[in-house]
Amino acid sequence: MSTTKKYASTALAAALGVTVLAGCGGSDDTSARSGASKGSGSKTVTLVTHDSFNASEDVLKQFTKESGYTVQLLKSGDAGAALNQEILTKGSPRGDVFFGVDNTLLSRALDNGLFTAYEAKGLDRVLEGTEQDDKHRVTPVDTGDICVNYDKKFFADKKLAPPRTFEDLLKPAYKNLLVTENAATSSPGLGFLLGTIASRGEDGYQDYWKRLKANGVKVVDGWEQAYNEEFSGSAGGRKAKADRPLVVSYASSPPVEVLYADPQPKEAPTGVSTGTCFRQTEYAGLLKGAKNEAGGKALLDFLISKTFQEDVPLNMFVNPVVKDAKLPEIFTEFGEKVDKPATVAPEKIAANREQWVQSWHSLVVK
Amino acid sequence: MAVPVAFFAVFFAYPVSAIVGRGLKTDGVWQFGRIGDVLSRPDILDVLWFTTWQALASTALTLLIALPGAYVFARFDFPGKQVLRAVVTVPFVLPTVVVGTAFLALLGRGGFLDELWGVRLDTTVWAILLAHVFFNYAVVVRTVGGLWSQLDPRQEEAARVLGAGRFAAWRRVTLPALGPAVAAAALMVFLFTFTSFGVVQILGGPAYSTLEVEVYRQTAQLLDLPTAAVLTMVQFVAVGAILALHAVTVRRRERALKLVDPAQTSRRPRGAGQWALLGGVLLTALLLILLPLGVLVERSFDGPEGYGFGYYEALQSAGGTGSTFLVPPLEAVGNSLRYAFVATLIALVVGGLAAAALTRRAGRVVRGFDALLMLPLGVSAVTVGFGFLITLDKPPLDLRTSWILVPLAQALVGVPFVVRTMLPVLRAVDDRLREAAAVLGASPLRAWREVDLPLVRRAVLVAAGFAFAVSLGEFGATVFIARPDNPTLPVAVARLLGRSGELNYGQAMALSTILMLVCAASLLLLERIRTDRSGEF
Repeated sequence: MSTTKKYASTALAAALGVTVLAGCGGSDDTSARSGASKGSGSKTVTLVTHDSFNASEDVLKQFTKESGYTVQLLKSGDAGAALNQEILTKGSPRGDVFFGVDNTLLSRALDNGLFTAYEAKGLDRVLEGTEQDDKHRVTPVDTGDICVNYDKKFFADKKLAPPRTFEDLLKPAYKNLLVTENAATSSPGLGFLLGTIASRGEDGYQDYWKRLKANGVKVVDGWEQAYNEEFSGSAGGRKAKADRPLVVSYASSPPVEVLYADPQPKEAPTGVSTGTCFRQTEYAGLLKGAKNEAGGKALLDFLISKTFQEDVPLNMFVNPVVKDAKLPEIFTEFGEKVDKPATVAPEKIAANREQWVQSWHSLVVK
Repeated sequence: MAVPVAFFAVFFAYPVSAIVGRGLKTDGVWQFGRIGDVLSRPDILDVLWFTTWQALASTALTLLIALPGAYVFARFDFPGKQVLRAVVTVPFVLPTVVVGTAFLALLGRGGFLDELWGVRLDTTVWAILLAHVFFNYAVVVRTVGGLWSQLDPRQEEAARVLGAGRFAAWRRVTLPALGPAVAAAALMVFLFTFTSFGVVQILGGPAYSTLEVEVYRQTAQLLDLPTAAVLTMVQFVAVGAILALHAVTVRRRERALKLVDPAQTSRRPRGAGQWALLGGVLLTALLLILLPLGVLVERSFDGPEGYGFGYYEALQSAGGTGSTFLVPPLEAVGNSLRYAFVATLIALVVGGLAAAALTRRAGRVVRGFDALLMLPLGVSAVTVGFGFLITLDKPPLDLRTSWILVPLAQALVGVPFVVRTMLPVLRAVDDRLREAAAVLGASPLRAWREVDLPLVRRAVLVAAGFAFAVSLGEFGATVFIARPDNPTLPVAVARLLGRSGELNYGQAMALSTILMLVCAASLLLLERIRTDRSGEF
């Protein structure tokens, strides 16, 4: 078949052409070459993280100025997916530091031996209870609270007090008002479930959810949908004529509503039911097998430095983890302080999570 | 033949088998017992059943609604036809997050239907089915319509002259000729809906789950690789069975057709019946496709102070916030177009070669290869993505953090389109034409250029349009291949939707509108490409 040979050669030429073209297409993409320059004396430190990570460019530049290392970011999906990819590539990691494992997933990361122990400089300043590993394999970076948010206007119009606690949500006055997320796929959904477990105990949570279901809780798949489509207090929800004035979201959502409204309102359109909160802490760690360990350690130090910590709230809408970091005004003015968030020990979560989620799923969704 | 085979071996077969192997092997021993364990779980069986029947129903409904559309686009001339053809392809590139939003606005509470008749379809199967039609309308219109416009109407006329009734003539002449293209379109729609992910999650709510959703959960969230591996294999088997069925029904029917220039076959509608058909099709397209798109556009202009360009202006200043979160929309457009361009090239080269090889030869090996090319449509993005992670991690192929991975992954999905749209046309080219050219002294390449190329040019453009659209809207691979510094449009939209606040929501809608425009404009350009018309016939 001489024709096919001819085809093959044309094809090869064409394919080569493509690769050359492809090279041109990405020539303005400076980071494409970074893979080649990750030697031991490398000046690049790679931070692997999830999609929600965000920092000011100036702050990252300051790190470069102080330490001489440039940060390269790699984002790979949501928190669960990003962590699992690291576990899969254990031993030949794609970067040096991983940020974004929270207390609900921490045990999985530690059991898989993802991290090299390192005690970051200034670790003594972190809030009590955020350090979960005495070997310092992970460093806490931020905390956030998952709480029920309410639509202020709805409750004012109805002359009804918004719910405050998990117990309140069962009252007939709040029938058919709450929307939450699928605990199997969404981290606020899981956080809310864990909050109910912390408040009702492992024996009582199923009964609680049965009653919550009887009181008309609606479950949708993810936070975006719950918040933007179903919750009447959000901008998207107002446009969509949403009819649920209670949603499981974050304690930081009201200040964010203010921040991204134009013009800025005098008060936040939404409030937080402070008795329904579950505390999340996010950690970072030095990846085992990191090509640039020195850079990774410097980056971990930097993640809990005052500079980075004060940059966290307005970029990721979570709270700093060190005592000496000041909250931005918009948080102090429009946010609500959560005094007693619910928590569940990481090892307990690791041991029971799947079974909890399974039984929640068959109780509430099916 | 060698290039496509190598491409598939390295970027598909190897990663997928590695990740499946990791799930089914412990200490190097295959644990096939796990297959039985997983398949005896009632929840998994539920998922399997739902996945299959909703895909069948979606495919049937899509064909029912889109085949008249294919006819109208092939045979009638009407003002705005080119634009409309591009517009109906737009849904194909929209991220499901955005489509879900639009459909909720129409079918959900306070939506269009709710206002009119008090009907709410969200969290019902109907919403899922309608969204699937919305997504796949263009697949049928373009693949079937592409061939239909090149069928010679005179053949049908000849049958009429010989005494066949209108319907009989259509059934005996046109339908058999169209069969392969219809089957190919149905196959693609089925594969798409079988592996549906976002639509099912958003419109169906957590009560509905497809295999694809389950694979994602088991892999990305629970890291339960054994279960994920079994489910992936189930997907393989299901897709394989469908492909086999397709092969059996189509192979016997493919034969040389007399193809003509599409410009000669379309004309203005004549008579009340034809106008009614045209009107009906346009109305369907309007309700089903333009309405949801319109909702998004409307929301992008609906700012806090009434209608205006507020959100678009906010997008412009996005680059100035000094954070790593957003890039200016123009930059995201540039990224998307660059990726799409490279992905289309790869898909055209690999797919074109494969199609050429498949036309030239027959036999089991080739048929097996044909089926293999379709498999990426039936395997979840997360399986491929995680497979890449554990296989492409050593030099010379340490591509895990390289940008080229994105277009490569997108081309995997694009190739089947290219093959499916080109193959019916290539197979329809009469071999005697090639032989005649050879007899007259043309080299094989020259013969191909003079005989095949003019005939398949239209198919190539259609295929390129698909590959481009797939790449523009593709979201799965882009998520796993981490390049935050140059996000594509869908990624930027998803980032905005992931935050609370009015400006973010509005900007997400504005960016979706830009995505639609970019897509429609690219497709229009492709429609307009007219290479040298040496092949007039």
